[in-house]
Amino acid sequence: MREITYMEALREAMRQAMQKDERVFVIGEDIGVYGGAFGVTAGLIDEFGPQRIIDTPISEAGIAGACIGAAVTGMRPIGEIQFSDFVVISMEQLVMQGAKMRFMFGGKADVPFVMRLAGGSGTGAAAQHSESLENWFVHVPGLRVVMPATPYDAKGLLLAAIEDNNPIMFFEHKLLYKSKGPVPEEMYTIPLGQSHVVREGKDLTVVATSIMVSRAVQAAEQLAKEGIDLEIIDPRTLKPLDERPIVESVIKTGKALIVHEAVKTGGFGGELAAVIMESEAFAYLDAPVRRLAGLDMPIPYNRNLEYHAVPQVENIVEEARKMVKGQY
Amino acid sequence: MAGSSKNEKLIGGILPESKAKDMLYKMVLTRTFEENAEEMYALGKVHGTMHLSIGQEAIAAGASPALKKSDYLLNTHRGHGHFLMWGGDLNRMMAEFMGKEAGYCRGRGGSMHIADVESNNLGAQGIVAGNLPISVGVGLSIRARKTDQVVLTLFGDGAANEGAFHESLNMAAIWSLPVIYLCENNQYAMSMAFEKAFRIEQVSERAAAYGMTGLTIDGNDVFAVYKAVMEAAERARKGSGPTLIEAITYRYRGHSKSDRQLYRTREEVKEWMEKDPILRFAKAIEVKDAELKEIQARAKEDIRKAVEFAENSPEPDVSTILEGIYA
Repeated sequence: MREITYMEALREAMRQAMQKDERVFVIGEDIGVYGGAFGVTAGLIDEFGPQRIIDTPISEAGIAGACIGAAVTGMRPIGEIQFSDFVVISMEQLVMQGAKMRFMFGGKADVPFVMRLAGGSGTGAAAQHSESLENWFVHVPGLRVVMPATPYDAKGLLLAAIEDNNPIMFFEHKLLYKSKGPVPEEMYTIPLGQSHVVREGKDLTVVATSIMVSRAVQAAEQLAKEGIDLEIIDPRTLKPLDERPIVESVIKTGKALIVHEAVKTGGFGGELAAVIMESEAFAYLDAPVRRLAGLDMPIPYNRNLEYHAVPQVENIVEEARKMVKGQY
Repeated sequence: MAGSSKNEKLIGGILPESKAKDMLYKMVLTRTFEENAEEMYALGKVHGTMHLSIGQEAIAAGASPALKKSDYLLNTHRGHGHFLMWGGDLNRMMAEFMGKEAGYCRGRGGSMHIADVESNNLGAQGIVAGNLPISVGVGLSIRARKTDQVVLTLFGDGAANEGAFHESLNMAAIWSLPVIYLCENNQYAMSMAFEKAFRIEQVSERAAAYGMTGLTIDGNDVFAVYKAVMEAAERARKGSGPTLIEAITYRYRGHSKSDRQLYRTREEVKEWMEKDPILRFAKAIEVKDAELKEIQARAKEDIRKAVEFAENSPEPDVSTILEGIYA
């Protein structure tokens, strides 16, 4: 299969969705001739024109409102929040309006839109351009939260999100944009709410999201040389969460390590740990469920500090080794 | 709604006679609905709060009748009148107010979130200015679908000081979207008086900052509202973009049920009550006292029947509590 980047996979998903369905359009800051701050929408304006690739003023509440209003009147918008941090400006629209509209109206409104957000650290962009805020949205009934980790998942999940009739927060990772992987040319969808067992193993279950999936895979490769065998699961959608493969894996391995970039306190790891604890896997645990996550701090500017603020491959290696060796 | 026979008599040179009586009836009905709502609240028959538009009925009376059935409405928390004028069914509205399954939103929204998407009524609003960005999306949707629809977006003077106001008006202006921004300036954002919250005389002055048409009208004059909305709709349908209309009015009641009204004087309220929009409109369309009394009696009877309908309607079943959150 041909290999393309995560960014190209996202762009291809949008292009194919727009070719297939004229209700789909993209709206955001600098997504036209500029091609988006990271280049995800590059070239789309040439094919679809400024009425479907809509450049906006710097108005994040307006972008979210535009998606909601268009969605509830029959369109299928894709919004782009240039850096996921800026979503704070559109919180009212997303949380109070988009998420709740269907419920408040007695289930009688469809609000199908996808909000794409470029998240994550590692680019030296410091505290206001590097956050991982996905769990804020997991806490909001009415929203779905998606976090693709590979080019294949990026395309399949985005196409599924565009077809879905709910408001969806689609968190991309800036460091993944240039990562390459096999992606089919034709349209395909990955159902929202389907965890993916990325690597099978017997010693420890690692549940990782977004860029932490590839870091966990690298850690597993290193640990394999020591005879430690990790099982890695990527939930892919945090909401709805496909719990079953996680629970079954923990029953098999007896140990669970959760890895995400977002800060630990109040992060998705706490939710995952609770899911494991509340399930029958609890009886099979032979070590505490552990979380490896971002430090409880804003992302620092300095390269070395930034590196140490979020989990890296060596941290996963160390933590996994300790867990498998019964050091907790 | 708009559309009447060509040869019909126009009252005041603008308002078709056939519409005028219905508008008056619905103004009276709105007031009766709200007076009844107060009473039901006092008797403990409803829970939660409510926002009454008593004194502001002329804006609702004049606005939606100037539009077409195919247009869109984005309402406010103080929107009972607009809901009725848009064609809302009184029984289902009362059922929603009482939290019943037969209500427009199956009792999940209440008066603050009442909506009827089927009739392009995109709902009342619990967040001040929350509907303003949404109107940009409705405008874009109209543009994409190439229809001649417009969207009527209602808000109060308080909303004009939210950041969302700025983003919304600017976006609608740069893209010439068919949005009618209708600001119901009732002088107070809860307790905050207009002159304390604005350094300008009129909200409509802000239209110039966005390059759109802006005007301030007497919001207690049904004719003025009807005319302004109709002209704004014409501009919007022609592709000339949005309009900001500021309608000056006054709410007789407090902001909500908890309001002790310490921020204004009884004299001020009394002064406005002497300019009552219902009496004024009745006079303008030559409805005599006796006929007005009949209309009031009819409204009262219709409300009584609606309450009866709602009271006899079932509560939502708890087994359905999680319905309607996701598609």
